[in-house]
Amino acid sequence: MSTETDTSSTGGSAQPAADGGAARRSRKADVVGGPGAGPGGARPGAGARRLVAWASGAAGVLLLVLLPLLNISLPGVLPGPSYTPGSLQLLAMSMLMAAAALTYHLLLGVAGLLSFGHALYFGAGVYGLAIILQNFDIPLLPAMGLTLLVVIVLAHVVGSISLRVSGIPFAMVTLAFAQAGSVIVGRNPDGRTGGDEGMTLRTDNLPDFLVGVVNTRNLYWLALAVLVAVFVIVTWVQSSRAGHTAAAVRENELRVRVLGLQPYLVKLLIFVLSAILVSVIGMVFLLLQSGAVPRAISSDLTIMLLVMVVLGGVGSRWGAVVGGVFYTILDQRLTTLANSEAVKSLPDILRVPLSEPLFILGTLFILVVLFLPGGLAGTAERLAQRRRGTSAGSGGTETPQDILEDAA
Amino acid sequence: MSTAAERSATEAPPILRVEGLNARIAGQQVVEDVSFTVPATGITALLGRNGVGKTSTIKAIIGLIDRAGVVELAGERIEKEATFKIIQRGVGYVPEDREVFSELTVAENLRLAERDAAPRRQLVEELFPDLLARSGQMAGTLSGGQQQMVSLARALLNTNKILLVDEPTKGLAPKIVGEVAETLAEAARTVPILLVEQNLHVVRQLAEGVVVLSGGRVVHTGRALDFLDDARLIQRHLGVSSDTASHGETAAEPAQKGAAL
Amino acid sequence: MSTLVLLLFTGLGLGALYFLVAAGLSLIYGLMGVLNFAHGAFLTLGAFTGWEMARRAGSDNWGVFLLSLVIGAAAGAAFAAFTEFVLIRRLYQRHIEQVLVTLGLSLAAVALFDGTWGTDPVYIQGPAWFKDTTDILGARVPNDRFVCIVAALLVLLALVFFLKKTRYGMIIRAGVENRSMVTALGIDVRKAFTLVFTIGGAAAGLGGVLASHYFGYVSPMLGGSLLIFAFIVTVIGGLGSLTGAAIAAVAVAVLQQFANFYLGGTGDFVVVLALALVLLFRPTGLLGRTA
Repeated sequence: MSTETDTSSTGGSAQPAADGGAARRSRKADVVGGPGAGPGGARPGAGARRLVAWASGAAGVLLLVLLPLLNISLPGVLPGPSYTPGSLQLLAMSMLMAAAALTYHLLLGVAGLLSFGHALYFGAGVYGLAIILQNFDIPLLPAMGLTLLVVIVLAHVVGSISLRVSGIPFAMVTLAFAQAGSVIVGRNPDGRTGGDEGMTLRTDNLPDFLVGVVNTRNLYWLALAVLVAVFVIVTWVQSSRAGHTAAAVRENELRVRVLGLQPYLVKLLIFVLSAILVSVIGMVFLLLQSGAVPRAISSDLTIMLLVMVVLGGVGSRWGAVVGGVFYTILDQRLTTLANSEAVKSLPDILRVPLSEPLFILGTLFILVVLFLPGGLAGTAERLAQRRRGTSAGSGGTETPQDILEDAA
Repeated sequence: MSTAAERSATEAPPILRVEGLNARIAGQQVVEDVSFTVPATGITALLGRNGVGKTSTIKAIIGLIDRAGVVELAGERIEKEATFKIIQRGVGYVPEDREVFSELTVAENLRLAERDAAPRRQLVEELFPDLLARSGQMAGTLSGGQQQMVSLARALLNTNKILLVDEPTKGLAPKIVGEVAETLAEAARTVPILLVEQNLHVVRQLAEGVVVLSGGRVVHTGRALDFLDDARLIQRHLGVSSDTASHGETAAEPAQKGAAL
Repeated sequence: MSTLVLLLFTGLGLGALYFLVAAGLSLIYGLMGVLNFAHGAFLTLGAFTGWEMARRAGSDNWGVFLLSLVIGAAAGAAFAAFTEFVLIRRLYQRHIEQVLVTLGLSLAAVALFDGTWGTDPVYIQGPAWFKDTTDILGARVPNDRFVCIVAALLVLLALVFFLKKTRYGMIIRAGVENRSMVTALGIDVRKAFTLVFTIGGAAAGLGGVLASHYFGYVSPMLGGSLLIFAFIVTVIGGLGSLTGAAIAAVAVAVLQQFANFYLGGTGDFVVVLALALVLLFRPTGLLGRTA
């Protein structure tokens, strides 16, 4: 049985301020930076389970590292054996998307920011690096650094304006800014972005081991490294003082303000940080795709990340990773299905929906929101709890619904 | 345990029975296992310090916040019903802070509240002649006292089984407090009222029974005068001395001193 | 001078379209707190059904055009009512999940439009008069602009009449201000939700037919591109304010046209800049309630 842990944090001053008025929740111990307030809490058995989770995570990473050297076939999931460029490309893509979903988790799951403009920073990474490599004769790393600088400035400007509003208006405003970015790319100013066609990556100044189909496995390892690094950074941020403050702000902004902290600055920090991370992912995406496409900066991409996070389970890091991988592979497989003869010979009423991957993904998304709150991770957790015989501990941990409510 | 209801109206069954009521706002328990009854006549006061869950109790009764437990209106269970259905059964609700629609006119505010086939417009016009004169005015531009009149009028337009009136004198000038009290006394001749009130002078003037809350629980029920005359009880449950209480001091907020007589 | 007049009327025509989308968005958000991403799909469905109908009945005809407006509005309204009733209502009070559901719906719907009508724009014809121009102060203004402007004005008047003069209009205005107090007066506010969704869908569907004549084509992307500007319009106008939406729609569209012409195609960028300025100096929008 989990216990309610409120009133422990504020030293007995937990009386609601006004009868039924400003009294807001304190679901878990929302001490800012206090010990034991980390995700998962300190329930008996949680430590051992966490150890198991980390160990299986490490084993999984090891398996993924070795994958290009192995000959594993997963029919229906991968287009070919695991060492083939096609499979490695798909796996690398799904890992990058998983990493991008993690950065979105940082926004939504940690800080409660429902941004519809995350693609702006992914796209800034993609296009920024592509344009710099195209126009200047500098090596990859300085070019990446330069791109990062642009992203940092951009994220500060947009973030500081957008964060003047919150909730749904914040969503609309971030969408508008991202749209401006998307429009600029589409306009193709001075022929620099390639407009609708996109642009091909200029490889003159790139190290050889990152160029060409034969080196796909190097890019695969790079993508894996990015995913692991982003996971570690996001975990670290969440357990840091800033992460705790952000979570506390999400739950109860007023109380944080009373404690003399600056919700605005904390939110801006998380916003900029997730922008930086996703722009780096965008740069690796550019190398993997060896080109920039307008879709990389469109609102569709943001929506895709949001769908991944919700499919995987809002508030869960593993959920974001699983959602990202699941979505990317499913999308790819559905596209293959759509073009298959089996579907083409179906009557219209079945052919039209089945030939549109987004129709299936959109419907799946609606069903998950309606019937599987908590997404894949939440459902797995519930099943595991049922097997262990413990009741779903709604008292101590936050549910995804709580987190979504906070974002409103 | 004998409640105020049982003592003051031994014959008639209570109009409202609350048993084991629990309510949460955003995950935080604000009403805890509250049980009391409201007799079918007269005014019952719901008392307690600031923040003990009086408003939350009222809101939980009509389903404005998540609740669990038993709520019975005239012998029928209503705790699972939607707010609008509970109101339609004959509950008049006068919320804390009036909650008039500030961008609707006075007339529109009243028309919106009409539930009955034959709403008692005439009664309301007689009770609040001032509102008639201002019927075209936006309710948001009215004074606090006038807004309270609109809020009361919205409840009195319909025939109700009970009125739930939440801090009707809060923040009003002494003269207006008197008028509000008079209106409530008048209304109470035809309909029972559950009244949340900080101004103990008004409580003494109007209420027959009291229910006292502390920390989300009921800590005392009984006859109003017995409670108000017991300095020890008042000191313990409301945190004011009976001396000030009998002089009509408000129970908690010093800021409201000006509002008391 | 003639350029100025032409830009002004083109802007007003575009503003009329923005308003038809934003009016519903703003009312839905104001009353229910739902950001409706499916609103663009309502518009696109209206445009396609209007076009399908006109295609069959012969497009060069005023009667057919008016009928296509009615059919487009009806299609939008039906889709919207379905959305509210089947999807939104189950998630009562859970605003973010409601947004997510409308988002999924818009993905699925646009994909279905792609599959049904193809991804390429379908070019359309209206009554011949639409392609003619009318001379105003030396400017030759295409007539379809006037059709959009007049239609939007009529919708605005009808909405104002509905909101001011009917009981449901009163409930909606009251609900925008304080939803829970409306239920506490014994009113089933959910009926108003369905109604607002339906009205918003009808306006969007009507806007879809008009937009297809304004731009000269229908495509599955039509709704999505207008939706983003409608979002900007609702934020600038003040969420929940119909008058705000009307003023902001005109301001945004005219600004966009002028910037596109005089500042080298920077219209979209200037609009976002305007949004940023409004947020900096008046975060609740022009006519939004100050919290």
